[in-house]
Amino acid sequence: MHAERQLTAIPGMGASPGRIEDDTLLRGKACFLDDVPVPDALHACFVRSPHAHARLHGVDAGQARAMPGVVAVYTRQDLFGHVTSWRMPLGFPLAALPENTTPFALAGDEVAFVGEAYAVVVARTRHEAEDAAAAVLAEFEVLPAIADCRRAVHDDAPRVRTELTSNVLQDYTLAYGDCDAAFARADIVLDDDFRVHRGCGHPMEGRGVVAMPDPATGMLTVWSSTQMAHELHYTIAHMLDQPEDRLRVITPDVGGGFGAKFMIYPEEIVVPAVARALDRPVKWVEDRRENFLTTIQERDQFWRISVAADRDGRVLGVRGGFVHDHGAYTPQGTNVPYNAASSMTGPYVVPAFSLRVQVAYTNKVPVATIRGAGYPQAAFVMERMMDRLASTAGIDRLECRRRNLIPPEKIPYTKPLKSRAGVPLVIDSGDFPALQATAARAIDYDGFAQRREASARAGLLRGIALANSVKPTGRGPYETARVRVHPSGRIVVHTGALAMGQGIKTTLAQLCAAHLGVEPQAVEVSAGDTGLSGYGMGGFASRQAMMAGSAVSEAAAQVKDKALATAAAVLGVSADELMLSQGEVHTPDFDKRVSLARLAMLLKGVPGYALPVPGDPGLDATVHFHCDAQAYAGSSHACEVEVDPLTGAVHVRRYVAVQDSGNLINPQIAHGQVHGGVVHGIGNALFEWMGYDDNAQPLTTTFAEYLLPTAPEVPDIEVIFQPSPTRLNPLGVKGIGECATLAVAAAVIGAVEHALDGHGVRITEFPLTPVRLAELLDPPALDTTAPSANL
Amino acid sequence: MKAPAVDYVAPRSLDEALQCLAGADNARVLAGGQSLMAMLNMRFAFPDCLVDINRIPELAYLRDEGDSVRIGAMTRQRDVEFSDMVRDRLPILREAILNVGHRQTRNRGTVGGSLCQLDPSAEIPTIAMALDAQVHVASASGTRSLAMADFPAGYMTPALEADEMLVGVSMRPWDPGHGWSFLEFSRRHGDFAIASAAVLLSFGADVRVDRCSITLGGVSTAPVRMAQAEQALLGTKAEAADIERTAALCGAVEASSDAYVPGWYRQRLARVLAGRAITRALERATR
Amino acid sequence: MTSTMATTQNSRPVHLSVNGKPCQGMAEPRLHLADFLRGELKLTGTHVGCEHGVCGACTVLVDGVSARSCLMLAVQGEGCAITTIEGLAASEHDTHPLQQAFHELHALQCGFCTPGILMSLSELLAANPDPDEDAVRDVLSGHLCRCTGYQNIVAAALRAAQILRERGGHAR
Repeated sequence: MHAERQLTAIPGMGASPGRIEDDTLLRGKACFLDDVPVPDALHACFVRSPHAHARLHGVDAGQARAMPGVVAVYTRQDLFGHVTSWRMPLGFPLAALPENTTPFALAGDEVAFVGEAYAVVVARTRHEAEDAAAAVLAEFEVLPAIADCRRAVHDDAPRVRTELTSNVLQDYTLAYGDCDAAFARADIVLDDDFRVHRGCGHPMEGRGVVAMPDPATGMLTVWSSTQMAHELHYTIAHMLDQPEDRLRVITPDVGGGFGAKFMIYPEEIVVPAVARALDRPVKWVEDRRENFLTTIQERDQFWRISVAADRDGRVLGVRGGFVHDHGAYTPQGTNVPYNAASSMTGPYVVPAFSLRVQVAYTNKVPVATIRGAGYPQAAFVMERMMDRLASTAGIDRLECRRRNLIPPEKIPYTKPLKSRAGVPLVIDSGDFPALQATAARAIDYDGFAQRREASARAGLLRGIALANSVKPTGRGPYETARVRVHPSGRIVVHTGALAMGQGIKTTLAQLCAAHLGVEPQAVEVSAGDTGLSGYGMGGFASRQAMMAGSAVSEAAAQVKDKALATAAAVLGVSADELMLSQGEVHTPDFDKRVSLARLAMLLKGVPGYALPVPGDPGLDATVHFHCDAQAYAGSSHACEVEVDPLTGAVHVRRYVAVQDSGNLINPQIAHGQVHGGVVHGIGNALFEWMGYDDNAQPLTTTFAEYLLPTAPEVPDIEVIFQPSPTRLNPLGVKGIGECATLAVAAAVIGAVEHALDGHGVRITEFPLTPVRLAELLDPPALDTTAPSANL
Repeated sequence: MKAPAVDYVAPRSLDEALQCLAGADNARVLAGGQSLMAMLNMRFAFPDCLVDINRIPELAYLRDEGDSVRIGAMTRQRDVEFSDMVRDRLPILREAILNVGHRQTRNRGTVGGSLCQLDPSAEIPTIAMALDAQVHVASASGTRSLAMADFPAGYMTPALEADEMLVGVSMRPWDPGHGWSFLEFSRRHGDFAIASAAVLLSFGADVRVDRCSITLGGVSTAPVRMAQAEQALLGTKAEAADIERTAALCGAVEASSDAYVPGWYRQRLARVLAGRAITRALERATR
Repeated sequence: MTSTMATTQNSRPVHLSVNGKPCQGMAEPRLHLADFLRGELKLTGTHVGCEHGVCGACTVLVDGVSARSCLMLAVQGEGCAITTIEGLAASEHDTHPLQQAFHELHALQCGFCTPGILMSLSELLAANPDPDEDAVRDVLSGHLCRCTGYQNIVAAALRAAQILRERGGHAR
């Protein structure tokens, strides 16, 4: 078992100082992408395909070029010489993918999803650019479009792109153990079909890029609302043949990411390319319709699963497969389906497993990671099967789970599957039965019957469910932090981590400040600026508290040690007589003291004189924190709902989220992450459907049609942290950003099904709309069978 | 999503506004803007000219004229919401208006704008239908009034000529002691209703329903008065069986289907909402 | 918006008061108020999230009442008194109780939706000094937030109301 790290032993941990981000945000003085003051910027508007699949025979921009305010119109041909390739490079290259999978910077002779850009207009204003975009003439030859991934995998299905020989991008099986034997000897075998749909990320701020060439320095500066500034830097340098040190990518304040900005997009290449070609600053701000059409999203998976168990409800094996809707291209690999497949067993012991994964192209915008990244789909399937297993075996749903959970004495537990990099998946820490017990207690699982009766008196059906999940967090290989004290006394942290609302700057500032004996407000954190931080990975996979936090903590500790050593030399005392507080290094009685500013000044060096201490100049340390293994963050959620059986309306009445995120750096921020993650999950469970028709035309393209939860629809989330700290980083921290989303759909839908106990309704899909629930409860007596929720 | 180029005039009087409409080919009246501005921003509408009537004070009024309440086209929804007179004389309108969008949209949205938009599930047209409202229309060549029942010419299309403008609506309050209820079903608070039911009823000296109005919103191309259902309730004591029968008739309304909601579900909601609204109306009625 | 909106033949001057100060700028009729505030007047605290009137990020006060500034034309603002997030606190050295409560109770994460929400809540507290949770959630129903799950925002609104009552005054 792990030794629990004392929170007080790690400076800065467990405190909730107010966020240093807040002041500018609250006053409207923050600087989001569209606020970046680039004078005389031109505005870009992309010309986008109205067809889901078509050949593009010609683009005539003559009329558009003549319109008021228009400076230029670029088609793909016009980009020749300005980009090194028509195709974007594959993000996170995998040897296993063929060459022709990535999107184009601009489509040339074929468009493969509604919204795919094939030209860009640059004009004085966005209004004029849109006017001109409407005047760009294109000759399309409409081709068959595939909307349903199940159709896509058939040999006779039309190809999503004519360059493809198959719509099946990947077809593989993950397996271990002997499933045949398990199923042969099982007392219980259950089969079920699932349809799971996650939607869009929808940060309130869309995407955007500003590119500014500077003829004086040859520097091309690019701002982007991104979750991966360094990867963007690499990609722009590569695609534009721009020297790396003449390229700077700056991340402004980001109005949410949720995975949607964890991607390198064609616009982020085209806008810098045309800015450089025109030698003018160019800005592109995504509008919400573009966000619906062209920002990566998650969509459908169709699962067919069988579970084999003994009569005591112990799982002997799981097998089956799913088809995954991947979209028209693969910009960044196929980790969403891989995550879903490899994580399906969750926190449970499953002795035999076989899952076939078919990743299918469709004529829609590419699918990539949205908060949860494929894990929620798998958790839903596993948890729904657990409920059914419990019911079939005649065991309480919680007890059935308990019998299958990985027990604490088996931790660290090596899962028989490997990560996509071929590394064994080891659940390093966690007490899953304890999490579940806490959730059950917190929601008063045993007292449910009374609440059910009260709801019944009001004509409502009440249900309760619990769902478990576990997520690896802290994606490696590294994250970078530099802590530097300037001679002015300013303390700055430069990190490759990225801020998008999750309070990472406060989190890092408080760790640094605690080492250096200052208030968090005295530490400036610069994130996602490639000019200031040479290397970095960015914000995704719930990694930054663990990776960047550890890097900052270690760098700050090194700076502290150097400050002590330097002060000792300067003051003529031994370092262990000294302490840091209020920006100074001093003896406890303040009799001898020197400011950090002065130490920094002394350490910058004077020609001809030795530095006060041997070593490198500067009160300055850079740490690349390495960790390839991932820390596993478990959660156990419990949910109560009320269902109106006559209308199918579902209301979430209570939600308890028990989370193991290891030690917490900033508990207030950690709670906020859970609130947001759970509400996102409620959105997935009951509201969010990114709809397309049979011709792959998007149906839900406004916030009136695509439903995000609003305040009256969600309860307060009751959050309980129950840490099992990890040894994989010095802070004992695990990620949190996505972890609270994984189990939510399972908990909510499980509660709905429980509410309908006795009505013979089995729910194996999400989102679940009132229409669909009404149909399941009381099928309409018509020959026009009602459409399922996801039409 | 930037609006296309458009001309703009802001007349200061009704006459001036009507002259603008008479002289323009492809003009749209800009009232609260909560519908039209979104359409412009999304380039779903391409008027040549916007006639902004927000600066015509004579179009914004709430008048108790004794046997009817007259509401000017530019009356903001928020003013209806906070009007004691409306609360007293047209309580069903007030109940309905609380479901119209959100605070922020009611602050600018207008009664006239909602009536002309004629969204099938919009609350104000549904209530106007329920109350047998008279719609008042003006053009440079004169004025006319028409029954709300005749106002929808088609799906989201009012029976207005290109040079005409809605200037007001009159609603006749029911006698004190009447029962009323407006209920709607929507996905989220403030969303457009998938279906709604507006019920008014009153009892005669014989303790039987002597007057009844049942209107369904959201089920068809325009709000629908359910005459058959009204007949079923009239003359009864509105007991459980009567309510059920009436609600079932509402559930038989011909209902449209779209990409999100099939007709049978609207029908089912119609039955449920009508039943619940009748029950609520009965609670409020004096017998 | 960073550069001055290009003047076209159709642009006209718009005079209005913003945060108590007379302002003017040029606007084509089609320019919406949010773009005018941001582009012409350089008040970028008001954000644009959807441009179809659902997300509420662009909410400002127009003559004291909340409005979606993406659904108003700039030219319609002629002669109006607009209050934006930049004018919520009495000065750059002051803090409105809503801002204080939001900070204390962690009611914002990315902050993009926050200015609009603050403006709506300032209207609520001016009209109703002692709102209950339902009243707060009702006002919030006109706003989308993807980060917070709303609960800290509700708590902060109630806390701000309490602060204002204790101070014995109403919100501006």
